[in-house]
Amino acid sequence: MLGIIRQKAFGQSLQRIRPVASSWGGYSSTSKQMMVREALNSALDEEMSADPKVLLMGEEVGEYQGAYKISKGLLEKYGPERVLDTPITEAGFTGIGVGAAFYGLKPIVEFMTFNFSMQAIDHIINSAAKTSYMSAGQISVPIVFRGPNGAAAGVGAQHSQCYASWYASCPGLKVLAPYSSEDARGLLKAAIRDPDPVVFLENELLYGESFPVSAEVLDSSFCLPIGKAKIEREGKDVTITAFSKMVGYALKAAEILAKDGISAEIINLRSIRPLDRPAINASVRKTNRLVTVEEGFPQHGVGAEICASIIEDSFGYLDAPVERITGADVPMPYAANLERMALPQVDDIVRAARRACYRSVPMAAAQSY
Amino acid sequence: MAIWFTRSRTITYYLKRKMGFMGILNQDSCSNSYFESISSSSSSSSSSRIPDVKNSSISRYSSAFTFLVHRFKSTKTSGQLDQFYSSDDENSQALDFPGGKVAYISEMRFISESNDKRIPCYRLLDDNGELIEDSDIDQISKEVAVKMYSEMVTLQMMDTIFYEAQRQGRISFYVTSVGEEATNIASAAALAADDVVLPQYREPGVLLWRGFTLEEFANQCFGNKADYGKGRQMPIHYGSKKLNYFTVSSPIATQLPQAVGAAYSLKMDKKDACVVTYIGDGGTSEGDFHAALNFAAVMEAPVIFICRNNGWAISTHITEQFRSDGIAVKGQAYGIQSIRVDGNDALAVYRTIRAAREIAISEQRPILVEALTYRVGHHSTSDDSTKYRPADEIEYWKMARNPVNRFRKWVERNGWWSEKEESELRSSIRKQLLQAIQVAEKTEKPALGNLFSDVYDLPPSNLREQEKQLRETINRHPQDYPSDVPM
Repeated sequence: MLGIIRQKAFGQSLQRIRPVASSWGGYSSTSKQMMVREALNSALDEEMSADPKVLLMGEEVGEYQGAYKISKGLLEKYGPERVLDTPITEAGFTGIGVGAAFYGLKPIVEFMTFNFSMQAIDHIINSAAKTSYMSAGQISVPIVFRGPNGAAAGVGAQHSQCYASWYASCPGLKVLAPYSSEDARGLLKAAIRDPDPVVFLENELLYGESFPVSAEVLDSSFCLPIGKAKIEREGKDVTITAFSKMVGYALKAAEILAKDGISAEIINLRSIRPLDRPAINASVRKTNRLVTVEEGFPQHGVGAEICASIIEDSFGYLDAPVERITGADVPMPYAANLERMALPQVDDIVRAARRACYRSVPMAAAQSY
Repeated sequence: MAIWFTRSRTITYYLKRKMGFMGILNQDSCSNSYFESISSSSSSSSSSRIPDVKNSSISRYSSAFTFLVHRFKSTKTSGQLDQFYSSDDENSQALDFPGGKVAYISEMRFISESNDKRIPCYRLLDDNGELIEDSDIDQISKEVAVKMYSEMVTLQMMDTIFYEAQRQGRISFYVTSVGEEATNIASAAALAADDVVLPQYREPGVLLWRGFTLEEFANQCFGNKADYGKGRQMPIHYGSKKLNYFTVSSPIATQLPQAVGAAYSLKMDKKDACVVTYIGDGGTSEGDFHAALNFAAVMEAPVIFICRNNGWAISTHITEQFRSDGIAVKGQAYGIQSIRVDGNDALAVYRTIRAAREIAISEQRPILVEALTYRVGHHSTSDDSTKYRPADEIEYWKMARNPVNRFRKWVERNGWWSEKEESELRSSIRKQLLQAIQVAEKTEKPALGNLFSDVYDLPPSNLREQEKQLRETINRHPQDYPSDVPM
């Protein structure tokens, strides 16, 4: 598709309403390093300390300090009334959390992974998401459902599914997916304070990763707005959207592309529902090319929604078809080599970006795909 | 509270052996002590709570078992049995298992799938509305009794007239509670205004008791602009924040774990109130029932689970729903005190819920109440129950076992009600109902903005945009849109 006359002035004004981009490319010597795990733990701690109505419930969150140690130290600090080790019934404790929220508490329900949330999904959708609407605002549900989402490493099909698009399709829910420690802190705090039900999708492999955090991020009042994406890296040739672990991959891909003279703009979605459509559209209107990246299954995925959004709002700005990079359309295999092939890798993102820029390798070398 | 003791056929066999009490593992009483020793916090005697119940409901055993019965009848078992265990020289034959000592036996014995006798049903009025035992029951006042009776009549009439309205096509759907008026009203009467109610969908009587008006019921059914639900839900999905009655939700049994969560909040607030949640016999098959009861016991939540066992879950008879002795027997499996009551005896239901509430709040524990009743009406207006059950069964329960008539006889016998008052009440209610329906039918539907509000606390940008676009389109092409949707 050939370029359309750019409405530069319009594009400029769109850029002004974009969130201020800040790049983490350089590590300032004054900023501290913080693991995502720590970031989540500190956010939970601070919010529980600030509001006595906040409580945490889930399997192994108390005595065991959390299946992934996210709730370390909380039982000791807040006692068994506010950090509840639940019996093994997702449907049960999710329903209980929702009931507690109906009555005025602010529960945080932890799923050991979101795969197990399927056993509780009726309560998440029918009891939490729809209740404010169906009770005409009489009942509000200030609950947070959190836990690791998506693929880990070598855990097989029933432990690896990404639920971002499932939950994001449901009105009444907010769905967040942090990447860095700053995201983890700011978004979890926002989620706990939010009066609506929030699904908070973490990533097991990110728990152990460290990111620089500024003093502002470390402050206990720090909070990120829900519904706003972040431009992790500015660029002008192609827009790459990603969330959670894939943001890291996209950033690596951007480095590789830079060497080829392709300047990629990386958008960290942060919020899957509501999706920051204005930010994505503004970026595409600048670069004219889009690649979406996600770990989940391709059909009806987050990329499909973003693509439709661009077609609706910025069709004339596209210079190339939108490409989605997603996980393979198969239940996650266990064997390490197969697992690697079932998930997007940095190379896949690089190749897609090149295709979008009409700079892909000649067909003969396509066998390397 | 009815405590049931298993009578094992071969108990005398065990009695003869030296192992003596060890052989009575299968006694419910023994398992009672097992539970008591687990929950060391709850060791209060349960025997003196309701004197009349203890004596009347526990049946007399044959002499062969008397000394056993003597030991366990009072259910002050934890102390007594500990004595037995510690003084018994068979100590080495007991297993020190998490939760308490478990005695060994060398005879393999399966616990029977059912007790010899079914759990008995607590009742105070016989089928003719006569008090069975004129004992020390605290009489309810004339005021309360008359109010209870009037509300039962109102509920009965509301059901009849709204059902007719659906048949006439004036409302789209309705669910009656015919046959369950006593369970509805009497349980509501026993509660306080602060008690939080999470209903299933066949308990509008609780709302009625608390003051929901016939107009408010009608508005919800017609989904008009006066409906507190803003026209969002099907008929009968009532809800009232000020009356502490959570909006009816269609998925079955989801209200049970929610009730436990709400009860936990009440417990944290240390409120002098409990949560009451209702479920039908069919709903107890749901996974949520299991999770809720289990959790309620573990969390020591002040919640009363009231199961309306009305015999039918749409077309599924209870024999196809479960093979246990109803629902009351399941309570013990979770460590929950339970009772079976005659759901068509308003007095018995009233007293039972009063007592249950007392226990739940003062001891901070859950209670399970099974109310035996019958679903006289169809499951809903989408059902014709004559297709799966005999018409004379329905007729029998409608006429001979009618809870409203039964209570009326008792109230009249006390000199608190008369034929004159009866006909006055009925004609007044009828007038009010017809009026309410007429007015509700003519009232405007909710305004357009209600399509988009309350999805979230604050309206998101996409919905604000959609609403704006919709309004613009309607303004441009009004003839293409229905005229009865106020803008």
